[in-house]
Amino acid sequence: MDAVILARIQFAMTIGFHFLFPPLSIGIAWLLVIIEGLGWRKNDAAFVSLGKFFGKLLALIFAVGVATGIVMEFQFGTNWSVYSKFVGDIFGAPLAAEGVFAFFLESTFLGLYLFGRNRVSKGVHWFSILMVAVGATISAFWIIVANSWQQTPAGFIIQNGRAELTDFWAAVFNPSTMVRFLHTIDAALIAGAFFVTGVSAILILKKKEVELAKKSLRLAVLFGLIVALLEVFPFGHEHGRQVAQTQPEKFAALQGLYTSQTGAPIALFAFPTEPPPELKSKIEIPGLLSWMAFGDINARIRGINEFPKEEIPPLFLTFVSYHNMVVLGMYFILIMGIALYKVKRNTLWNNKFILKVLAWSIPLPLIACQLGWIAAEVGRQPWIVYKLLKTRDAISVTVGAGEILFSIILFALIYILLISTLLFLMNKKINAGPEPAVVKEA
Amino acid sequence: MLNIIWFLLVGVLIIGYAILDGFDLGVGILQLFTKDKKEKRVNINAIGPVWDGNEVWLLTGGGALFAAFPIVYATVFSGFYLAFMLLLAALIFRAVSFEFRKYVESDKAKGYWDLAFSVGSLLPAVLYGVAFGNILRGLPIDKDGNFLGSFIGLLNPYAILVGLVSLTMFTLHGAIYLTLKTEGAHKERITGLINKLWIAFVVIYFAATVFSFFEASYLFSTVMKNPLFWLLLIVLFGSIISIPVLVKAQKNGYAFLASSVMIACMTLLSALSLFPRLVPSNINLDYSLTIFNASSTARTLETMLIIALIGMPIVIGYTIFVYRVFRGKTEITKESY
Repeated sequence: MDAVILARIQFAMTIGFHFLFPPLSIGIAWLLVIIEGLGWRKNDAAFVSLGKFFGKLLALIFAVGVATGIVMEFQFGTNWSVYSKFVGDIFGAPLAAEGVFAFFLESTFLGLYLFGRNRVSKGVHWFSILMVAVGATISAFWIIVANSWQQTPAGFIIQNGRAELTDFWAAVFNPSTMVRFLHTIDAALIAGAFFVTGVSAILILKKKEVELAKKSLRLAVLFGLIVALLEVFPFGHEHGRQVAQTQPEKFAALQGLYTSQTGAPIALFAFPTEPPPELKSKIEIPGLLSWMAFGDINARIRGINEFPKEEIPPLFLTFVSYHNMVVLGMYFILIMGIALYKVKRNTLWNNKFILKVLAWSIPLPLIACQLGWIAAEVGRQPWIVYKLLKTRDAISVTVGAGEILFSIILFALIYILLISTLLFLMNKKINAGPEPAVVKEA
Repeated sequence: MLNIIWFLLVGVLIIGYAILDGFDLGVGILQLFTKDKKEKRVNINAIGPVWDGNEVWLLTGGGALFAAFPIVYATVFSGFYLAFMLLLAALIFRAVSFEFRKYVESDKAKGYWDLAFSVGSLLPAVLYGVAFGNILRGLPIDKDGNFLGSFIGLLNPYAILVGLVSLTMFTLHGAIYLTLKTEGAHKERITGLINKLWIAFVVIYFAATVFSFFEASYLFSTVMKNPLFWLLLIVLFGSIISIPVLVKAQKNGYAFLASSVMIACMTLLSALSLFPRLVPSNINLDYSLTIFNASSTARTLETMLIIALIGMPIVIGYTIFVYRVFRGKTEITKESY
């Protein structure tokens, strides 16, 4: 296999694995801000106990996120040196800003949050989890700035064989930054909500501290339904509109629109085949895609046939990952809606089936994140920086295929060890359950 | 001017990392010499609440290098490919070992994660020195700025010796940190180790310096005329010599300060000798990557300077706050690792 394919496999593997953890950390951290806040302001021992319990789980997830994130900071240089030289003048600044404004904040305050419960006041302790959540969110912002610049570059000129910065704010707030940031952060909140809901459901099923688990489940289900709704509208919708306007080839590939059309339909279900590219056994809603992308059911949308053959992304993977992400997004609304309804009717607690479904749904938002990420990145191919630099021209010239293969094997083994240890320990922690709420005498 | 400022700022990040995560690495290495279970636990918890923040100095340093000197970032990181992969693997193991060793139950499993913690600390401590040694010695950089060397080429005697310098330096630094966090017999054992570590460090550092005259003579060609060089050298000697004296007098806080100053001076002396080169070429010094030919544009450097000026004082502020919260001897509580 040639070095380009291997370098891409390595990047996909390391970032895909890393990307399991930040969305969970961000989501759980924000839920802990609420849980710890309730524990502090209402002086509610139940929420304090829940805070400790979910705090320990956050620490485990965060640790693996940190460990796998170190690779991210350096592999642009190790594996993609041509790319690093080309984008360094622009890409480096968001990465450094991420370090200065985000990594320090989340890491320093996580230590205070985990070990400082009895050393600082309750207010400062709550502030520390708030700073973890804020730091993790800022971190997501800057990395999405960098990635969005690759999707829709702005604020630069090409000079001296590289992209040079001309307008910092134009580069930071390039056309796709904000919609992608909101879309991704909301996905992280969904992941956090499903985690807290699912873990609480497990506790109820196992009859461990049931009254505590009911409290966290109630909270997380309401939170989860809100963020799941927001993800479809407005965030998902706006992101779709942005892609339609700024990256038409990607949009056509995502939607499976292989020939240009007026009144373009949305495919609810289909199976893409090629060549020639076409959708088999499809179910469509006519005009809806045109309306969603441009606000007009008769708008003309450009299909794959209008773009040069060497500039279209892989069609099958883009279409399938995007559509499955959307299906999962709909499922999140449905299951959270059902759960909330049953919570309100007070019939959830004995409904083993729904509780089990909630428990098994914990990984689904993470799968949706992965699918969305694949759609976004594969949909940008063959470009590493849209219309400026091709992926195959961006790898390190001095690194051989053998070296890349070695590191793929190395990281694959390490990651298998990490994920199995993590799942084993999380399972143990969850089964042990939270400590009983202790009401302190005033 | 901006290029010089960024040369200094990258230097500051490296020093910040070496001082702060340096003692974490040292503690990790010292675990290999700690037999008693309780002492092991106190050691790891001495750095437990702060190591993660300390490691961020490395990530920010990497980010700053990428942003300010992308050519160096791209050339060195791809050039040191396998060495970097080993470093990353080691750092991964270290990062997860805190949490993992806490929750695994059997002594055997705890032992494995203890080992991962120690090796994950020892390997980076050596590799930083090896990388630094290779840079001081000069890399085979051609006139287009490409690295022509190999992984085996990086393992030359000089670089390995510098690797031993960083290994002993971080271990010594970590031991001094532990004297601030431990009590009784445990503290005495560490104090005893410090003298041995200090002698090892001084001997190896002296040998490496002599070796430098042969291996990287260009470093000394102009710098010796610079009064700053001599000033730094005097401060360095002062801090090295004061360490055993201060440790003996039980002034452990000052001893830690001295070893931090020592690390800062060593880094600054190297930086001063390299200046304005970042990565010297040993094919032809004129092919070296310098702070001028390897930098980002003035606009990016300026933007980043603003980011650093706003961000770093805040970082330093809350870092000091958190260290103050956890000051004093390490206590083992229910939340401990």
